[in-house]
Amino acid sequence: MNRTLSVLCWGMVGLLGAAAVGAIALHRGEPINALWLVVAATCCYALGYRFYSRFIAAKILALDGLRATPAERLENGRDFLVTNKWVVFGHHFAAIAGPGPLVGPVLAAQFGYLPGTMWVLAGAVFAGCVQDFVILLFSVRRDGKSLTEMAKDEIGIVGGFVAYVAVIAILIILLGVAALIVVNALKASPWGTFTIAMTMPIALLMGVYLRRIRPGKVLEVSALGFVLVLAAIWGGQYVSQNAALANLFTFSAPTLAILIMVYGFAASALPVWLLLAPRDYLSTFVKLGTIALLGIGIVVLHPTLHMPALTRFVDGTGPVFAGKIFPFAFITIACGAISGFHALISSGTTPKLIARETETRMVGYGAMMAESAVAVMAIIAACVMQPGVYFAINSPAGIVGQAPAAAAATISSWGFPVTAADMQALAHAVGEQTLYNRTGGAPAFAVGMAHIFSHSLGGETLMALWYHFAIMFEALFILTILDAGTRVARFMVQDALGHLYKPLGRTSWYPSILATSALIVAAWGYFLWQGVKDPLGGINSLWPLFGISNQLLATVALCVATTIIIKMHRAKYAAVTLAPLGWLVAVTFTASWHKMFDANPRVGFLAQARVLSAGPGPMTGATARVIFNNRLDAAVTGVLVVMVTLVLVESARQWMGILSGTREARVKESPFVRTRLVEEQG
Amino acid sequence: MNSSLKQVRVVAAKALSTLLVTLREVFDEAAYARFLARAGMASSSESYAAFRREFEEAKMRRPKCC
Repeated sequence: MNRTLSVLCWGMVGLLGAAAVGAIALHRGEPINALWLVVAATCCYALGYRFYSRFIAAKILALDGLRATPAERLENGRDFLVTNKWVVFGHHFAAIAGPGPLVGPVLAAQFGYLPGTMWVLAGAVFAGCVQDFVILLFSVRRDGKSLTEMAKDEIGIVGGFVAYVAVIAILIILLGVAALIVVNALKASPWGTFTIAMTMPIALLMGVYLRRIRPGKVLEVSALGFVLVLAAIWGGQYVSQNAALANLFTFSAPTLAILIMVYGFAASALPVWLLLAPRDYLSTFVKLGTIALLGIGIVVLHPTLHMPALTRFVDGTGPVFAGKIFPFAFITIACGAISGFHALISSGTTPKLIARETETRMVGYGAMMAESAVAVMAIIAACVMQPGVYFAINSPAGIVGQAPAAAAATISSWGFPVTAADMQALAHAVGEQTLYNRTGGAPAFAVGMAHIFSHSLGGETLMALWYHFAIMFEALFILTILDAGTRVARFMVQDALGHLYKPLGRTSWYPSILATSALIVAAWGYFLWQGVKDPLGGINSLWPLFGISNQLLATVALCVATTIIIKMHRAKYAAVTLAPLGWLVAVTFTASWHKMFDANPRVGFLAQARVLSAGPGPMTGATARVIFNNRLDAAVTGVLVVMVTLVLVESARQWMGILSGTREARVKESPFVRTRLVEEQG
Repeated sequence: MNSSLKQVRVVAAKALSTLLVTLREVFDEAAYARFLARAGMASSSESYAAFRREFEEAKMRRPKCC
């Protein structure tokens, strides 16, 4: 009876999911309701988790609940610690959920809501969740080893080296792009800048409270900090209305870029936990709360999506970023579908907390599903806007011009009507002077989120407050990623340099701290500066570069996973990781080729350099710099592709050797130790 | 009827306590409690400073995703 009921229930879920996906895919003309996306996503995740992840767990990984995990065997009360599975899930989700699943889908919405939604659902269920799950399990079986260590052990020294370089490269590009998003969101915005500036004294106050008044009461002080941040957002409107104060908090993009670089250096080089740790907590508090609130808001309001399923820009002429739907939709959305960076978290803190192997399914596969759901929310937030408004916000001045009337006319000529008066009214409603040319995705997401929140709670009068709440939310946790990322990259460089000269590896030796912090900040600062000065808005060049490097890292992670699966004598199931690997190779290598060699100067780095070099008249310093930057971006892309090709070749040699019997299939797992947790629990 | 209501209450209480435990872990309150237990210290300004010193470097090595 139970089995019949189960078959019936899952059959219903399957039918409902198929109907929802069908409605999204086949509906044309009239706008559709966002609930179709919510239902399709819920059904896909439920089916993926119930059937696909279970198949992987049983047939390939053979999860063993009796095998002691490193959290049990190596428990030290610090890094290794047996932890409740829901707690690990919360920890893991808080670590993997960043601005990526919010920004990528917003940018990819230029193709329409359909490509992004399909890629987020299929990518997560068949690729991203699988990668996070298998890497987590393999790390658990190797005492919590990192991806680079596993790559070295299982593929060889080339794999380890490439994984290390890819991690550093992706960190640097990510930090440059993340900083650019903040700059574009805060430039000429006294309200937003004031709110973010106020998080500094609020964090210091929280630090003093934590240290002196109620030591260790982080949740309590984060709630208090959150109330103060809300007060700062409220106060921001008065700052923006006062000419003298507004002037004080109005910065150009280059000035903001310099301020963020100084901040990144200070956060990495100085012992400023009193500021950074409380702000990190505040950011997590706001992040988890806002994501939950947005989900509720979407379900309650169930807004209509005004963006069409597919736009004319699938042909590669999009104003947000140039490039055809294939491969660019699939590298623009990384974190909501598959992100190589997650492999670092799945082989970092999380495997050291897992109590039972069987829990890796819920934590690895399940947390990525939750992140994918965040990406679906971002697609909805971007697509609830009128398309003309979306393109006015996200198109750089280099494409649509700076004059409002000209920009509105250009966008309207694409078939997405918008007027200068509409944009002026919207800017006024959200408390900004202008919303034109706000590239980067964050302002568009903020407008969409403000639309959803204001229609669910508070009405149009609160639109400006919700907009600046959204900007604060995004900027706050991007800044947190900037300081955490700069320190992580600094530690990695120090570790490597320590092999050349021992004192450089000491994380307490100040000359080394200063030098490596400066090196890392200079590296991502260079990309940030390049983006700020780019006439096409920076995102056009840098976001694809980030997407390519992130997914090349996923390629390395899937190479490691496939190699281990083949070594486990499960080659007949290797398609589970091999298929997403093949897809990623096709996507990233095609995208890299286009970014390097495409003849269209908006797409190809070298083509743009050529066009600028051949320009009339004497070359200015600024033009020479843009030419150099384009060549540098092409070189970075090329180096990453060559390195990942080496890992692929090395992995393929391992696979062929094992399958032909010329190479021993020996996995480097820790020996089996029976868990005592089962007996303890009776 | 009463027993099913009781069951719902038990499940809700369990879910709430798991949520609280998760938040305490995510916000490092649990790590601080473990530090105090391990070091045999009572919560104070000094012990929190000592916890931060020990905890900071490990925490700073943890990447956060994009």
